[in-house]
Amino acid sequence: MKRSYLGFIALAVLGLLAPYTGAYPIFLMKALCFALFACAFNLLLGFTGLLSFGHAAFFGSAGYVLGHSMKVWGWSPEAGLLIATAASGVLGVLIGGLAIRRQGIYFAMITLALAQMIYFFCIQAPFTGAEDGLQGVPRGVLFGVFDLSDDMSMYYLVLAIFLLGFMLIDRTVHSPFGQVLKAIRENEARALSLGYEVDRYKLLAFVLSAALSGLAGATKTLVLGFETLTDVNWPLSGEVVLMTLIGGIGTLFGPVVGAFLIITLQNELADKVGSWVQVILGAIFVLCVLAFRRGIVGELSARFGSRKNA
Amino acid sequence: MKKTLMATLVGAAMMTGSGTMFAQGAGKGADKGKAAGGISGGVVKIGVITDMSGLYADLGGEGSVTAARMAAEEFGNRVAGVAIEVVGADHQNKPDVGANKIREWYDTQNVDMVSDALNSAVGIALAKISAEKNKLAMISGAATSRLTNEDCNANTIHYGYDTYALANISGNAIVKAGGKSWFFLTSDYALGHSLENDTGGWVKRAGGEVKGAVRHPLNASDFSSFLLQAQASKAQVVGLANAGGDTINSVKAAVEFGLTKNQTLAGLLVFITDIHSLGLQNTQGMYLTDGWYWDLNEDTRKFGKRFFERMKKMPSMIHAGTYSATLQYLKAVQATNSDDPKVIRAYLSKTKMNDMFHKNAWLREDGRVIRDMYLMQVKKPSESKYPWDYYHVRATVPGEQAFQPLAQSKCSLIKK
Repeated sequence: MKRSYLGFIALAVLGLLAPYTGAYPIFLMKALCFALFACAFNLLLGFTGLLSFGHAAFFGSAGYVLGHSMKVWGWSPEAGLLIATAASGVLGVLIGGLAIRRQGIYFAMITLALAQMIYFFCIQAPFTGAEDGLQGVPRGVLFGVFDLSDDMSMYYLVLAIFLLGFMLIDRTVHSPFGQVLKAIRENEARALSLGYEVDRYKLLAFVLSAALSGLAGATKTLVLGFETLTDVNWPLSGEVVLMTLIGGIGTLFGPVVGAFLIITLQNELADKVGSWVQVILGAIFVLCVLAFRRGIVGELSARFGSRKNA
Repeated sequence: MKKTLMATLVGAAMMTGSGTMFAQGAGKGADKGKAAGGISGGVVKIGVITDMSGLYADLGGEGSVTAARMAAEEFGNRVAGVAIEVVGADHQNKPDVGANKIREWYDTQNVDMVSDALNSAVGIALAKISAEKNKLAMISGAATSRLTNEDCNANTIHYGYDTYALANISGNAIVKAGGKSWFFLTSDYALGHSLENDTGGWVKRAGGEVKGAVRHPLNASDFSSFLLQAQASKAQVVGLANAGGDTINSVKAAVEFGLTKNQTLAGLLVFITDIHSLGLQNTQGMYLTDGWYWDLNEDTRKFGKRFFERMKKMPSMIHAGTYSATLQYLKAVQATNSDDPKVIRAYLSKTKMNDMFHKNAWLREDGRVIRDMYLMQVKKPSESKYPWDYYHVRATVPGEQAFQPLAQSKCSLIKK
């Protein structure tokens, strides 16, 4: 318990110092948002054993909710973040409630199908601006005090949100509730026979993951000032699987590493290799599946003799 | 303890991954100084943000970066006593990757102007960021007419074409060329609806008739029932109010169904790259609107040849537009000895733009460049004499008639 506490502090210190290393703050914010998204996804895949293939729906629709509430209704950023997180939580209840009735590939297919319904809704709905995107979302003033148009104040808000989300996941995983989730991952029938109401646990984990994904998506919209269809479409649902897998499924820090790696590659390769970005990402994925299946963090902790982070 | 070590290692890896790469950029930004006259950072830097790996990679992509470089080379890569640099990036059709890159260019790498932006969400994001950072956007790729309406600003110039002009010319000019009755095959989402409504409106105003429309889902695979309805309508022109893969598939299916024997297709969002990949056999007789064609005159052919030598394909309207935007920008920098976007824009709005992309084009106060547009008809295979000989120019529409009148614009820059 104490060890993961120390790890968390190391992460927080790194986060606090990161902007002073010359790293570009907007990039760091974006990467932190995706890191939180991947961590939330990992809560479901890594710790509950549920592969959702529709997590972009939560990430993206929260972005639209935040964008609309701040741009059109003129809400403050804290209110926008709250309602966006709540909205994706509700969406999580609806999608999760249906999807957890099936296992394995059927579960993944149901989440994919429902998420695509959300995507087509966003394409048709007038307020999303369809392919033009919901643009020009103001960053606003947090609690009426902190002007977020300054990149550094924005960065520390994003960092705080990320650390809060990360801590929540860490607490969840190490709580008795998290133990039950891991029991379900290992052997669902057995958990059921021990008297746990498996469906309730799965639903709660799903909703928690959806709400945190929404928080990540809403924060990203706040940072960049727009929300577009790419964030609700299925390739993003695939990308978050990739981030988690490369970083290490079922490790706490894995998704963070995976997200930073993928986002850095997307960003850095954009003006260096031109059209080869997708090919390189694909090759990394193949390499990861073939050579180190436990992901970067998973392999490292196995190599250094430490048991699972969990 | 090992776990802590792990976490620190992981964190350190993250930091070096992102940190070192950006340290270089920040370093460059730090040595800002007025080297020559009013040029910030001692360099004129042009960014080309485009789609290099997706659907529109042929239309823009590496070709756009090359086109911008060709414009810089005409200046010997130096202007107003400083060097010109051209950088390109792939937005991967992810607006957040694009926006991140543009911000980074503006904040840390002294980029003064960004062009292309082939993707409407990236285009609007570019316009907003340019206004925020007081830089210049010369958008030659994105088509959305929001750029000169709701989302217009003093730092954005919409360069080549836009959706308003595409609909207007297709509707108007095709009716005048004899295509009186229309039927629309519409992709069932915002873009398709707006293409159908806008073009249909022009058809009616020009005295034509809209016999009906059928909506197909986005990324449809089977067009047979929709095409049968189009055939049954007996309309002279079937307007394709769709884009990308849907257009390609509907054209192929229309040929297979023999629709093109009695009816003419009008592509509302079709580019020369689509004609090239579909071939003349499939597309012959189709009407489309284009902002430029390599085989218009001696100047365009000369540019086409130079471009072909480098890219092994003829330039599209987007390539030519990015070239021209860069060229006009550099001319303005040279004349004003400044790279301040307000100064450049003021200069451009006083000066007629002349190069191989357009003659006597001018910049309107909403940011729209007013220039001639063309109605094309695709040649029959027998009429095509040499590679890339694809179009008959059926009408040249003067800019004042092609683009949205200023009175209708929702742009806040217009003083009313």
